[in-house]
Amino acid sequence: MVYDALIGPFTEFEFMRRALAAVIALALAGAPIGVFLMLRRMSLVGDAMAHAILPGAAVGFLLSGLNLFAMTAGGLIAGFAVAILAGVVARSTGLKEDASLATFYLASLALGVTIVSIKGTNIDLLHVLFGNILAMDDQTLLVVAFNATVTLLVLAVIYRPLVIESVDPLFLRTVSRAGGPAHLAFLALVVINLVNGFQALGTLLAVGLMILPAGIARFWSRDLTAMICIAVVAAAISGYAGLVLSFQTRIPSGPAIILVATVLYIVSVLFGRVGGIVRQLFPGRHLEA
Amino acid sequence: MAALHFHNVTLGYDRHPAVHHLSGEIARGALVAVIGPNGAGKSTLLRGIVGILRPLDGSIHLGGLDARDIAYLPQSAEIDRSFPISVFDFVGTGLWREAGLFGGIGKAARAKILRAVASVGLNGFENRPIGTLSGGQMQRVLFARVLLQDARLIVLDEPFNAIDSKTTADLLALVKHWHGEGRTVLAALHDMEMVRTHFTETLVLARGPVAWGPTAEVLTPENLMVAMRMCEAFDDTAAACAADDTSSRAA
Repeated sequence: MVYDALIGPFTEFEFMRRALAAVIALALAGAPIGVFLMLRRMSLVGDAMAHAILPGAAVGFLLSGLNLFAMTAGGLIAGFAVAILAGVVARSTGLKEDASLATFYLASLALGVTIVSIKGTNIDLLHVLFGNILAMDDQTLLVVAFNATVTLLVLAVIYRPLVIESVDPLFLRTVSRAGGPAHLAFLALVVINLVNGFQALGTLLAVGLMILPAGIARFWSRDLTAMICIAVVAAAISGYAGLVLSFQTRIPSGPAIILVATVLYIVSVLFGRVGGIVRQLFPGRHLEA
Repeated sequence: MAALHFHNVTLGYDRHPAVHHLSGEIARGALVAVIGPNGAGKSTLLRGIVGILRPLDGSIHLGGLDARDIAYLPQSAEIDRSFPISVFDFVGTGLWREAGLFGGIGKAARAKILRAVASVGLNGFENRPIGTLSGGQMQRVLFARVLLQDARLIVLDEPFNAIDSKTTADLLALVKHWHGEGRTVLAALHDMEMVRTHFTETLVLARGPVAWGPTAEVLTPENLMVAMRMCEAFDDTAAACAADDTSSRAA
């Protein structure tokens, strides 16, 4: 019975196995990025960026129909363009990054919805907005896995300057010029992972599998390495449980995954070891020293 | 041999000078205090020296030092104290020059970091997140990082602000130790007594240089009065400066 509910769907159906593989790849790459987004106070930047990739994906859709590969390529181009333009404008004018990004992403979102509405049907629009992880073919799965691999490799390369830039940007500026490139590379990784999540969860929810696990991790550890590990595990659990939930009920897969992550988030807010509400209400007696 | 050479340097923001026509040089191994009222351009000068701010006019020569030979302790570091990083790791970033992007932090480096943490009196704090430190403890951590940077030129911007006397004494001892090792140290300071007792050379700054030389000769009531009278406000309608070289101090 339990087996039928929790493991059966994956042994029985290939599309469920593919979906599970995809969601685990997304968790491995996206969650660490989410942790850095949160620590750099850029959570909403991630969200804005998710909208920014829409016109690119829409152009891909316009040119070759519902071909995920073309939509990915388009999304990457649009996302990179917006990320780099916003980064360059922020760095060269002193305008805050969020302000310059807001301009670019609003323009992108308007353009994207326009393009989809001109050519597509309502079903297409739904697919673009919310994704469909159950319709993933082998080729798409490979793209997702490839992007996840690239993300982890690049993150390993820029890890040290990224951490130092997050803590003490002025110090990094005095000892090295790696800060700027590391920041731009990080923005590029954000885009890659949004596009990656875009196929599974759609433009509106793609950022969810990055930000929610990071938020969860914050309530369980004060150590960066531990936070990244917790975020990855939380994302993978949400992905798996979301797929099971979606299989057993009529909830679409993308929202199911994000809803499970939300439940984990609420539990963390309430019972988290670091700053959880219950901990704050009943802190225990103060220590001797 | 000079460690630093200022050639008619003007530094500022939006074309308004904050340091105006400064010329002169600082000998290698000197221990220099930079004093002046708030808004006199002390921090601006230090930012110019470490290369964060480009001169509006004139030039600063570092006498063969590159950016990595300079350790800079800013006045209000833009440090995100909520970032989950331990004292050990934070101090360890001072090894950037050796370790760079990928260099491993080996046994010798770990020992060095522990020694630096110990020499600012923070034994036992290695695993504490930096967010849990007090202001004075954080200043000690920053000094430990400067220590690890092993720089030939050390630039400290008001390092003893809001620091208690015990911590000040400990950190001042470190500054004098650096001086003893032949490093060039520049510090922006407010405590005249400290400058008089511990610093051999002083620059009194009030946008333009007021006086510069051996502390005993420079730190006179007259010079300080001149510095205090400096007008802080920028004049929005100021005309472009025509002076081309008002040498303030022959080298």
